[in-house]
Amino acid sequence: MSDDSDVYLALLAIFAACSLLAVGGANAVVPEMHRQTVDVHQWLSDRTFSELFALAQASPGPNVVFVALLGHYVAGAPGALLTMFAMCAPSCTIAYGMARVIDRFKEAPWRIVIEAALVPMTIGLIAASALVVARAADRSAATVAITAASFALCYWTRITPLLALALAAALGLMGVF
Amino acid sequence: MPELQEPALSPASSSTAAEPRRPLPSPGELFLGFAQIAACGFGGVMAWSRRIIVEDRRWLTPEEFNQQLALCQILPGGNILNFSVMFGYRAGGTLGSLAALAGLIGPPTLLMILAGMLYRRFGDLPALRGMFVGLAAGAAGLLIATVAKMVGTTVKGRLRPAHLITAATFVTAGLLRWPLPWVIVAVMPVSIALAWWERR
Repeated sequence: MSDDSDVYLALLAIFAACSLLAVGGANAVVPEMHRQTVDVHQWLSDRTFSELFALAQASPGPNVVFVALLGHYVAGAPGALLTMFAMCAPSCTIAYGMARVIDRFKEAPWRIVIEAALVPMTIGLIAASALVVARAADRSAATVAITAASFALCYWTRITPLLALALAAALGLMGVF
Repeated sequence: MPELQEPALSPASSSTAAEPRRPLPSPGELFLGFAQIAACGFGGVMAWSRRIIVEDRRWLTPEEFNQQLALCQILPGGNILNFSVMFGYRAGGTLGSLAALAGLIGPPTLLMILAGMLYRRFGDLPALRGMFVGLAAGAAGLLIATVAKMVGTTVKGRLRPAHLITAATFVTAGLLRWPLPWVIVAVMPVSIALAWWERR
């Protein structure tokens, strides 16, 4: 039982930190989540991490619900709820506080500077997320080809990304990999 | 759920509809509205939130929507989560905040628990193994495309100091695997200084 509560506490600490560090949304903290859950705590394998991420991407809801899936894998349904709470409570509390004082900052120059400073970091972090996920997912020529095809479909066409995911899953079901 | 995040400095998009907005929603309407956004959230929660909040339900004008969104983007955490909290507060106070957030993350969280149970139970079946391998490879391509689009909107033909910030963030977080707090402590002050200097 004390093992369980150790895991719960660790989940709480990791994801509360991720919540406050999520510059530009949940996908920006994927490298940190990977580092903590796969490298540091070794709760799951690299491969499982990338598959859970994909499963979350293929489901409806905001990106952040990926952490519920991660928490569930590590510590069951209580883990999912706890992880989700840890990931949402700190940042939402800040948003709530901001909502109460919102009008004061609408045109503040520092707001515009911070915004301009955060955008390039967010892009760098999401690029790092893509690297982490691709490294874990692409272990053969066939999977690299799928990643390339999915990229092409999502980048150059306006069809829903869901179609790319469905095609990739279907090819996998047919035993291409 | 794959979400193409628009960069924070995206130009204000003008809407076709110039109709007046309706009264702000009650907590019950907020819960349902944000649950609908979450349920439609295949292929971009942000796009759907705009469509539902601005075009369908007309709770906000396009200008108000962009303004609120811009503020959400400088706060930590998911943009749409912050948006639900702030918009919910504006419409119905603390209760409104909670109702909007609960609608947005409640149902998808339950769905994820279900998906997690199925993955734990059937994820290692040989017949399904290939499906997960394919899905993961596809999701990687989707994420790379998201990054490429974000880079594309910021580059616009010429390189700026901000791109060094993007590169430095990518190298430290992605290649060197620094813990995120280090990355932020190392890169953020430089990025803020650059943004301030560029703005003068």
